[in-house]
Amino acid sequence: MTELIALAFGAFIVQNVILTQFLGICPFLGVSTKRSSALGMGMAVVFVILISSIVTRSLYHFVLVPFEMEYMRTIVFILVIAALVQMVELFLKKVSPSLYKALGIYLPLITTNCAVLGTAIININNNYDFVQMLVYSFFLPLGFLFVIYIFSFLREKINYAPVPKAFQGTPIALITAAILAMIFARFGGIL
Amino acid sequence: MNQKDNFLKGFVKENPLFVQVLGTCPSLAVTTKVENAIGMGIAVFFVLVLSNLVISLLMSRPAWRDMIKPVRIPVFIVVIATLVTVVEMIMHAYLTSLYVALGVFIPLIVVNCIILGRAEAFAQSNKPLDSVVDGMGMALGYMVALLVISFFREFIGAGTVTIWGNLQIDLSFLFRVIGITPIDMFLKPVGAFLTFGFILAVLAASANRKIQKQKQSALTKEAAK
Repeated sequence: MTELIALAFGAFIVQNVILTQFLGICPFLGVSTKRSSALGMGMAVVFVILISSIVTRSLYHFVLVPFEMEYMRTIVFILVIAALVQMVELFLKKVSPSLYKALGIYLPLITTNCAVLGTAIININNNYDFVQMLVYSFFLPLGFLFVIYIFSFLREKINYAPVPKAFQGTPIALITAAILAMIFARFGGIL
Repeated sequence: MNQKDNFLKGFVKENPLFVQVLGTCPSLAVTTKVENAIGMGIAVFFVLVLSNLVISLLMSRPAWRDMIKPVRIPVFIVVIATLVTVVEMIMHAYLTSLYVALGVFIPLIVVNCIILGRAEAFAQSNKPLDSVVDGMGMALGYMVALLVISFFREFIGAGTVTIWGNLQIDLSFLFRVIGITPIDMFLKPVGAFLTFGFILAVLAASANRKIQKQKQSALTKEAAK
């Protein structure tokens, strides 16, 4: 149990997906200008990563390994993720229109989010069993949601700050992210 | 547009990393050593040039073009993923230490926005030769950008510049002259964000100055009239 808690805490804060593993930087910089869109993107990522990790892990262990086709994993995973995102989109549209409205425009963007494919591959590389995989691929995107939400707060405030002309836009966002990364790296001392 | 312009636009005018801000994930993660940046640049070069070639060949035939058009994104992704798998296997076989250093970021070239972006924006509507030249320019521009970031990170963070394997230039005496030790924070994630942010700011400042100069020269010309 303590191992699982350590894994969860590590995935959530210490080895944060954005600030230390650098997965999913594009949406982190792209959709963090408003709080509502950051929240929508974060939720969509949690949803998709959890489902895609379960599916890709099952496919890897029940299809690719028995047929000795492990080298096909990148191709299979990215196709599965792309198809899955489309399916989730259709499913949500039918079953829960309100959730679809909230996540709708972010879902297609997720296919090219490196965090999704990254989590699928990390799960395989680290040989996680099913429970560990579930914990890891739930807390990792939760860390994404947490950081992108904090970051969107900061960016909303930065809009009112007198930023030098050269730093406006992406540069000041990156420097804010650097300060956040500094804070998050210190959490490692707790464990 | 001639071939030279087509090739050179990837370096400055449309640099994928510094101007379009595409493919940021690997640029922050693997730039702790100049060596890793070179390796990543070569991998991206290989994938981008070949994917541009294959995609433009596929799309230059009218019959195939009409067939592929509605499902082009999955087709492009399969082409790219195949090339990435090839690169991954070659690196694993011949450049094992680099393969370990780059880790998960080699398979993640599949979702690097630069490659799909070039396929969508250029290769699918241009001739094979133009697309190959475009891919070379973009990939080399990306590599130069990675080299700049990794140079600053490794130099400030460790005081060395590792070009390949044992070929390492030790510049730490520069730090001793000033009387400080290298700041190892720059090898950590913090340094990645800081370096990238400052480089973008410097580029923005120089662009702003250029615009101002143009305005001023226009004004003086008007005054002379």
